[in-house]
Amino acid sequence: MRIRDRFIKTEARVAPYAFVSPFFIVFAIFGLFPLLYTLWVSLHDWSLLAGDQGYVGFANYRELMQDPDFWRALTNTIGIFVLATVPQLILATVLAQVLNGKLRGRTFWRMGVLLPNVTSVAAVGIIFGLIFARDYGIVNWALGHVGVEPIDWQGHRWSSWLAISVMVDWRWTGYNALILLASLQAVPKELYEAARIDGASAWRQFWSITVPMLRPTIIFVSIVATIGGVQLFTEPLLFGSGVNAIAGGSTGQFQTVAMYLVQQAFTGQRFGYASTVAWVLFLLIAIFAVINVALLRRIKSVD
Amino acid sequence: MRTTKSPLLYVGLVAVVLLSIGPLYFMLVMASRTTDEIVSLPPPLSLGGNLFGNLDRVFENPDVLFGQALVNSLLVATVATVCVVVSSSLAGFAFAKLKFKGRNALLLFVIGTMMVPVQLGLIPLYMLMTKLGLSGGLPSVTLPFVVAGFGVFMMRQFAEQAIPDEMIEAARVDGASTFRIFFSIVFPALRPAAAVLGLLTFMERWNDFLWPYLTLDADHPTVQVALSRLSSGYYSDQSLIMAGTFIGTLPLVVVFIVFGRQIIGGIMEGGLKA
Repeated sequence: MRIRDRFIKTEARVAPYAFVSPFFIVFAIFGLFPLLYTLWVSLHDWSLLAGDQGYVGFANYRELMQDPDFWRALTNTIGIFVLATVPQLILATVLAQVLNGKLRGRTFWRMGVLLPNVTSVAAVGIIFGLIFARDYGIVNWALGHVGVEPIDWQGHRWSSWLAISVMVDWRWTGYNALILLASLQAVPKELYEAARIDGASAWRQFWSITVPMLRPTIIFVSIVATIGGVQLFTEPLLFGSGVNAIAGGSTGQFQTVAMYLVQQAFTGQRFGYASTVAWVLFLLIAIFAVINVALLRRIKSVD
Repeated sequence: MRTTKSPLLYVGLVAVVLLSIGPLYFMLVMASRTTDEIVSLPPPLSLGGNLFGNLDRVFENPDVLFGQALVNSLLVATVATVCVVVSSSLAGFAFAKLKFKGRNALLLFVIGTMMVPVQLGLIPLYMLMTKLGLSGGLPSVTLPFVVAGFGVFMMRQFAEQAIPDEMIEAARVDGASTFRIFFSIVFPALRPAAAVLGLLTFMERWNDFLWPYLTLDADHPTVQVALSRLSSGYYSDQSLIMAGTFIGTLPLVVVFIVFGRQIIGGIMEGGLKA
């Protein structure tokens, strides 16, 4: 009996670690190790086929700072990110407010707005590539009815950014609306009651109650959107299609940093240099997240 | 909350839902037409009669291996889903109900992992898979995803509320080991959350693109990789591409229609990106 008791005691002490260990072991190997090792690789001249060609210090970083292709990709990424994220968050907030009303067929509307999120990014890139096709795309056809000449969506910087932003927004707006809706439902109904008695308009209620109450969630959603936006890859890749899709258009007009990373690593065979891009990408996410929080903190809280 | 039900509200909602469905409907239209019809003006807006003909051509295409890609995706997504649900339930339960040194720090670490995209470690991951001799095959796209910080966090949140401490205490007094408690009390209680986590994980793995695109060789495509090959410029056969996209999207749309309520509940409660 004593042995059994001791066994139970030991077991109870060890078990928690056994329970959490699958997560930590697998993550250490396939998540943490690669992330840290990227830093090591970025300090080397490292080729896909020939392997490590020696330590080069910060040479890759210096080269990156003077690499016009990187700066162009960075500009594209930030441009598309801003173009996609701002309308997406505004639309999602409005949509959340609407879905929070007393509605018939609640589940139907929620499923309706979430449906795009179920569609794979690859499919979205391919479908919207056709929708925005120059000669027979449905967007140009519709624009033709209001007298707009056919736009070569892939051909120009601004138009390709716009088309890619539409893809991102289509896939994510409804999803974000649902997350915002979840936190809206935690807002005490009395707040709205009181505001209505005071004669506040729906618009006023939206700005003075909804937006401030949603602030933490808006911050969260925008950080997640930032992480996604900085890594943007599949939509522009499949929007371009073609044999050299990774180049992001004839003059790289819609090549993102993530695409540039993959191009350097696998087409250019430069693992070291591509790892440098990866670390800069990581820094970008951190910087953007901080900027996001700082900006959104300025939204007033409800007292 | 609202006393007046504005019809304008419904008009707006209908418009939003139409915008949601529109591109998918468009995909179906294109998938059911010939390429000649697709590249004509005005663009066709109704279904044509070639869906099954186009689908046949997708599956017969020897460069894309679409049938095999469907099986591969099913396999990869299922294995990852089962592993994520089990590993997350174990860890989630431990974080919610067991006391151990370093618990809070470890939990914070788990939450931190959700903020770091796997993509940043792509290159070493590629090197690692090559070293392990797994590059190119299905294990390389499965193994890194058999655990998920999101899953651990979600199961922890659920376990905290769903399992009364007294139940665990009582089982312990009866002499049950922690493992015994987990399998006979905790895991059954976690089932609703496990189902939602399973659905979200399955969808995410089915839709995964970047890593499979980089690592898988020509003989082992998943659906998304096969799709990118269909539209890679060697083919400009739009009806073929759209038929492939349709059949690659269909399974998840069906899952969504059947389990939509649970998926929405999971997203709204988790409040986090899977």
